Amino acid sequence: MPTADPVVSAIAEKYRNNPTYVLQILRETQEALDWISPETVETVAAQLKIPRTRVQSVLQFYSFLYDKPRGRYRILFADNITDRMAGNIALFEHMLSRLKLKRGEVSSDGQVSVDLTSDTGMCDQGPAMLVNNRAIPRLTMRRIDEICALVKERVPLEEWPADYFRVEDNIRRRETLLTSIAPGVALDAAIARGRQGMLDEIKRSNVRGRGGAGFPMGTKWEGARNAPGAERYIVCNADEGEPGTFKDRVLLNSFSVRVLEGMAIAGYATGATKGFIYLRGEYKHLQAKLQREIDEMRASGRLGASIRGAPGFDFDIEIHMGAGGYICGEGTAMVESLEGKPGRPRVRPPSMVQVGYRGKPTVVDNVESLAHATEIAVEGGAHFAKRGTRFSTGTKLLSISGDCERPGVYEYQFGVTIGRVLEDCGAKAISAVQIGGASGVLLTPDDFSRRIAFEDVPTAGAFMVFGPDRDIFEVARNFAQFFAHESCGFCTPCRVGTTVQRNIMEKIAEGRGSRYEINELKRVVAFMQRTSHCGLGETAGNAVRDALSKFRPAFERRLRAKDFEPAIDLERALEPARRITGRDDAEAHLETES
Amino acid sequence: MSTAGQEKVKVRLATTSLAGCFGCHMSFLDIDERLFELAEIAEFDRSPLTDIKHCGPCDIALIEGGVCNTDNVHVVRELRANAKILVAVGACAINGGLPALRNKLDVNAILTQVYRDPKTGEPCVPNSPELPLPLDMVYPVNEIVRVDYSLPGCPPSGDAIWKFLTDLILGRMPRLDYSLLNYD
Repeated sequence: MPTADPVVSAIAEKYRNNPTYVLQILRETQEALDWISPETVETVAAQLKIPRTRVQSVLQFYSFLYDKPRGRYRILFADNITDRMAGNIALFEHMLSRLKLKRGEVSSDGQVSVDLTSDTGMCDQGPAMLVNNRAIPRLTMRRIDEICALVKERVPLEEWPADYFRVEDNIRRRETLLTSIAPGVALDAAIARGRQGMLDEIKRSNVRGRGGAGFPMGTKWEGARNAPGAERYIVCNADEGEPGTFKDRVLLNSFSVRVLEGMAIAGYATGATKGFIYLRGEYKHLQAKLQREIDEMRASGRLGASIRGAPGFDFDIEIHMGAGGYICGEGTAMVESLEGKPGRPRVRPPSMVQVGYRGKPTVVDNVESLAHATEIAVEGGAHFAKRGTRFSTGTKLLSISGDCERPGVYEYQFGVTIGRVLEDCGAKAISAVQIGGASGVLLTPDDFSRRIAFEDVPTAGAFMVFGPDRDIFEVARNFAQFFAHESCGFCTPCRVGTTVQRNIMEKIAEGRGSRYEINELKRVVAFMQRTSHCGLGETAGNAVRDALSKFRPAFERRLRAKDFEPAIDLERALEPARRITGRDDAEAHLETES
Repeated sequence: MSTAGQEKVKVRLATTSLAGCFGCHMSFLDIDERLFELAEIAEFDRSPLTDIKHCGPCDIALIEGGVCNTDNVHVVRELRANAKILVAVGACAINGGLPALRNKLDVNAILTQVYRDPKTGEPCVPNSPELPLPLDMVYPVNEIVRVDYSLPGCPPSGDAIWKFLTDLILGRMPRLDYSLLNYD
C-alpha cells in the first residue's frame, strides 16, 4: 500500500497547492489510494494550508468521495427508473449473490463493494454501472458473470476488455446542431463579426438556455460583459445529472469542436479569458479525450493568446471533474463546487453575471447552449431565429429512453409535438411520458398534441417513455428516492420534505398507506415548492404531484381502506423488549386496530 | 363547535401526558385566571386535572409527550377514537423530543444495563404483565395515530396554548403570531 504523503503531495503540486482545487485533488487522491482516510485528510489539509474541516466538508458532501474503504473495485449500479425498467435490480442482486455480498458492504478481502447510485446518463443503453467512476453500459447477466470473474481474479480495471466501456452516441435524428463543423470556422466567423457584433447576433437569435430554465443567452452574456471589473469567467455546465438526459454526453463526445469553440466565442463576446468545463463524475470516460482536444486547440492557435491571430482574443479552458452531486448542476452550486467547496446553492441576487466564480462576473451555460453559439456565429442570429417557434428559437436535443424501439438522441426544431416525437422513436401504446427528467412533468396521451417549447412544454431534453404495463406509482417512487438522496441538506423544507415524501411513498408501496398519506403527500409537495431555497426542492415533488393527479388509481389500489395506518409496525417495535423480558402475555402485544 | 341555541353546550376537552415531562401541562396552567374563562366554555374529560381514568366522546384531545410503550399506544388510540380533534402538543408529541434521545441506543441494552441484581450484578429486567412493555424507540404521536393539529414549543407558552385553544373552540383556523413561536 502506498503511503499517503508522496501521493498527495505529487497531486497537490500539480495544482500548485491551490485550495480552490481541493475537490480535484481529493478525486485524484482517491483514484490512487481507493479512499480518503483521516490521515489523508490531515495530509491534504497540511499540504494546502487549509483547516482539516474544510477538506472534511468537501469529502462528506460528494457521493463519489469515500471516507471509508470501499474496496479496490467500487461498483455502483445506475438506479434510474429506465435502468429499473431494463432489469437493473435483478442484475444487481445477481452480482451481490455471486460475490456473496450485501448492498454497500465491502468484501472480507477488501477488494470490492457493490451499491446503487443515481442516473448515470446511459438511459439509452442501460442498465449501466460505474466501476471506479468508469461507465459500463448495456449490462446483461452474462456480462455480470464476466465482471465477477475479473474482480475475483483481481484483474486491474485498465486491463478489462475495452469493449465493456464503449458508450454509443445513438444519434437518431439530426438538424443543424448535430452536424460537424471544421475547426476554426466558427471562431473566424465570430472574429469577423467583432465582439459587439457577435453579442448582437446572439441577442438577435433569441437563443435561450438549454439547461431547462430557458433564460435568454444574449441577456446573460451582455450582463456579464457590462459588469464592472476586468476578470470574467465562462462555465460550461456539463453536469448533466437530470435523470433521463444524456444529450450533452453525445455533444461532448462527437461535437466537442462546437462546445469548446462555443465557449471561446462566449469568452470573446463577454471579455472572459478563462473557461471551465464542469464535467460530471459519471462522464470520466470523456475527460482524457476532451483534454486532448483542448491541448490540440491550444497547439493550433484556437485557444491561448490571440486566438486565430485576433489581438486581445485570449481564452483558455480547464476541465473540472464533479464527484457525484445532482445539485451541482444548479449554476450557483456549480460555481461553489468549482471554488473547491461543497456544492450548495447560493442566495440570489446577486446574479452569477455580477458575482460568480471567485466573486467575478461569470456566465454559466449549458453544453448545448454553448454549442449553438457556433451556429449563430456562422449563420447569424436572424437566420438562427427562423428555426423553431417565436419564443423558442433553434433546435433542441431530446434524450429519449424507456419503452420505445429506438432510444437515443433526437434533434428537432422547437415546436415539435410530443406525438410526433413518440412516432419517430417507435413508441407504441404509451401510457405516459416524463419530460424534463425527475423534476419535469408527466404527460399522458391527452397531452400528446402539446409542443416541446418554452411556451408549452419546456425541457432540458429528458424524454422517458412509459408503456401501458408500467406502473407509474413506481416511477414516482423512484424519483422520490432520487430527490431524498440528492437534496444537499442546506435548507430544511427540502432536506426534510424530500425524506418525508420518500418515506410516505415507501409506506404506500408496502401496502400500509391510507388516505392520510395521500393528503400528506400533497401538503409536503406544496410546502417544498413554496419554501425551498433552490430549484431542487421547488421541483422535487413534481413527479409525485403529477402521478397523483394523473394516475391516482395506481396509488389508491395500494391503500388500506382505513383512515390511518401507523408509520411503524408496532408488533415489531415491541419485539426487542418482549425478548428480553420473556413476556408473551396479551399486554405484551399490540393488535392492529380494525 | 357553535354555541348557538338556548343552552350553552360546553366543549369537552381531554388531555394526557405520555413520554414527556408534564411541562406542557404546567404551561397549560400558566393561562392562569383565564382558566375561569375556559371553565365557562369547556369542561374536562380524561385528564390529569380530573383523574378520570378513561375517555368518553369529546371534542378536543391534547396530547403531551411521545409514544414509548404499550400503555402510551392504548392511550393515544383511546383519545383518537373519542376525540373529534386531536392535537399534538409540544416537542415530544411532535418529534419525540428529549425522550427520543434513547432512539440511538438498543432498548434491550438499556434495560439490561439499568436493571441488575444488586447482589449478583446479573441483569434482571422486570417482566410483570402489569408493566407496560417499552417500544424499541420513542415515536411521535403522528406515527401512531392521525393527528389533526400540532402546537409546537418546549413547552408552548400559556399564551400560545390559550390562543390555540380559543381559536379551535371558536372555529377559527389556529394561528400563532411570531411572538408566540419565538423561543429565544
